[in-house]
Amino acid sequence: MGILTVLETRNGELKKASLSAVTCARKISEITGLKYHLVIFSPNENSLEEVSYLGAEKVFVIRGEQFQNYTAENYALAIEKIVRDNGEKYVIATATTFGKDLLPRVAAKLSAGMVSEITEIIDDKTFKRLMYAGNIIATVKLESDIKVISVRGVAFDKAGKVDSKSQIEEVKISEKYEKKRFIKLEETKSERPELTEAQIVVSVGRGIKDPENIKLAEELADVLGAAIGASRAVVDAGWLPNDFQVGQTGKTVAPQLYIAIGISGAIQHIAGMKDSKVIAAINKDPEAPIFQIADVGLVADLFQVVPELTQKLKKLKEQAGA
Amino acid sequence: MKILVPIKRTYDPNSKIKLKTDGSGIDTSNIKFVINTFDEIAVEEALRKKEEFGGEVVVVSVGTQEWIEQIRTALAMGADRGILVDTGGKYIDQVGIAKILAKIVEEEKPDLVIMGKQAIDDDANQVGQLLAGYLNWPQATFAYKVEVKPNEKKVTVVREVDGGLETVECELPAIITTDLRLNQPRYASLPGIMKAKQKPVKTIKVEDLGIDLTPKVKIEKLETPPPRKAGVKVKDVDEFIAKLKELKALPF
Ligand SMILES: Cc1cc2nc3c(=O)[nH]c(=O)nc-3n(C[C@H](O)[C@H](O)[C@H](O)COP(=O)(O)OP(=O)(O)OC[C@H]3O[C@@H](n4cnc5c(N)ncnc54)[C@H](O)[C@@H]3O)c2cc1C
Repeated sequence: MGILTVLETRNGELKKASLSAVTCARKISEITGLKYHLVIFSPNENSLEEVSYLGAEKVFVIRGEQFQNYTAENYALAIEKIVRDNGEKYVIATATTFGKDLLPRVAAKLSAGMVSEITEIIDDKTFKRLMYAGNIIATVKLESDIKVISVRGVAFDKAGKVDSKSQIEEVKISEKYEKKRFIKLEETKSERPELTEAQIVVSVGRGIKDPENIKLAEELADVLGAAIGASRAVVDAGWLPNDFQVGQTGKTVAPQLYIAIGISGAIQHIAGMKDSKVIAAINKDPEAPIFQIADVGLVADLFQVVPELTQKLKKLKEQAGA
Repeated sequence: MKILVPIKRTYDPNSKIKLKTDGSGIDTSNIKFVINTFDEIAVEEALRKKEEFGGEVVVVSVGTQEWIEQIRTALAMGADRGILVDTGGKYIDQVGIAKILAKIVEEEKPDLVIMGKQAIDDDANQVGQLLAGYLNWPQATFAYKVEVKPNEKKVTVVREVDGGLETVECELPAIITTDLRLNQPRYASLPGIMKAKQKPVKTIKVEDLGIDLTPKVKIEKLETPPPRKAGVKVKDVDEFIAKLKELKALPF
């Protein structure tokens, strides 16, 4: 009996976002006294080594041709089996697109209830989560015997290493779901830090006017070692790929510094970034709603001030010898 | 091809959300209700597939009599008929909604279910995947592009995922959930609105489905998050940098 945390891998590599779910599992373990377990699919050697030191009682490893690439259908089969064989009481994952796609299907297979994107744990069955684009905090009680929970990444720190090594158990699954086939993943390649993990995010909105101009933000991001984000308007226009979108229906970020450039600050955008430590905004419209939540606001034409900002920060960085 | 599209009545995304003063629910006095944004995209996608391959588009809602307004909107866009599963306003969680939809699917036997990836009120992002799980159908969530091959009984879906775009192929019948960039929904035309009035909408009482709807998830309390305070407006780039330094927001 325990708590099962589902880890995400891509090409064998552990996704760091999963470590937030491990922290959640640790907290529920403290409250309930249940031990926590991890399940990882087709990990490479390094990733398996890494997750063996996260303090879990057991790490279940699943390999096989049907798990080489992720499909919710095959993963749910495997997770259902592990949960049933081990009498797990919780299934937890981080609410990336992986966790969002997979966990409800797992809940269905287990006749369990599910709470999405929790931000806080109150007790063994009570959690807080956001609704209405972050306008409302709901306290919800999950009353099914098996509880399925997805975790909002920014609300839980990433779990760190421990000294002792977990027991590793390879689980053989022969079942295969035949009605779906993974074809391909076209990855957006970027040299910059990942959006949800970056210390600083430079985000652009429709005010940037032309995809050519995005380089203004990229130059600024390069000086700061920042990730690039975007409003929906920019992604809809095809100026940046889909996984740059920050907001209610995109990614949630909470960096040390979020710089919004030419973004009006619609509630759906704010839902994805309002937990940033410091919010800075550059917008030519003094009435733009982004200024209502910005710690630092500059009312100006971005085409004038962003290049100036980049130059001045570059100088500052050189002076600091960084 | 028969396509079933579950739709939810939600608040207009441009309205301001406030709690009732006693905190018991959302103050709906100044709210306009519409079809959930993602569900509207689902209706549009279903209509496009019908235009391409022929068939029927059926919309289904699990709600109260008021929801017929949104069903009529979908019919005015071009859907053929509607089903309302009348709950009498009682609270049903995501699991319950998915179970009800599974029952409707069993009766209607569609080739495809297209629905929104999330409702913009609950923001749960569960029902499509739950439904696929209950039916043991393949699921393609967060759809960016949908290509149906009716002769092969297959659908190819490009999905918006963290890190890029993923392509999967599902056998029909399948469940698809929509993302924002799948299409731009049409407006209902005037003739469409006139025609919609004649289209059939069947009401089913939820009790008559004989499903155990005891919620597994209960809402205990609703609160408004503490507002984030506005900071300062600065006059130029130098002040902007100085302020960021003061807030220790810069890495150097
Ligand atoms: C269901 C739903 C879900 C949504 N989900 C998301 C989401 O996840 N993320 C998201 O971002 N949005 C989302 N949206 C869209 C959201 O409502 C807004 O439409 C969007 O965020 C606006 O993007 P924007 O701020 O870039 O554009 P706009 O609102 O058009 O703002 C552009 C801003 O640029 C400023 N500007 C213009 N020129 C200049 C200049 N030269 N210098 C300086 N400033 C300039 C303007 O003053 C303006 O404030 C969603 C909407 C719906 C209905």
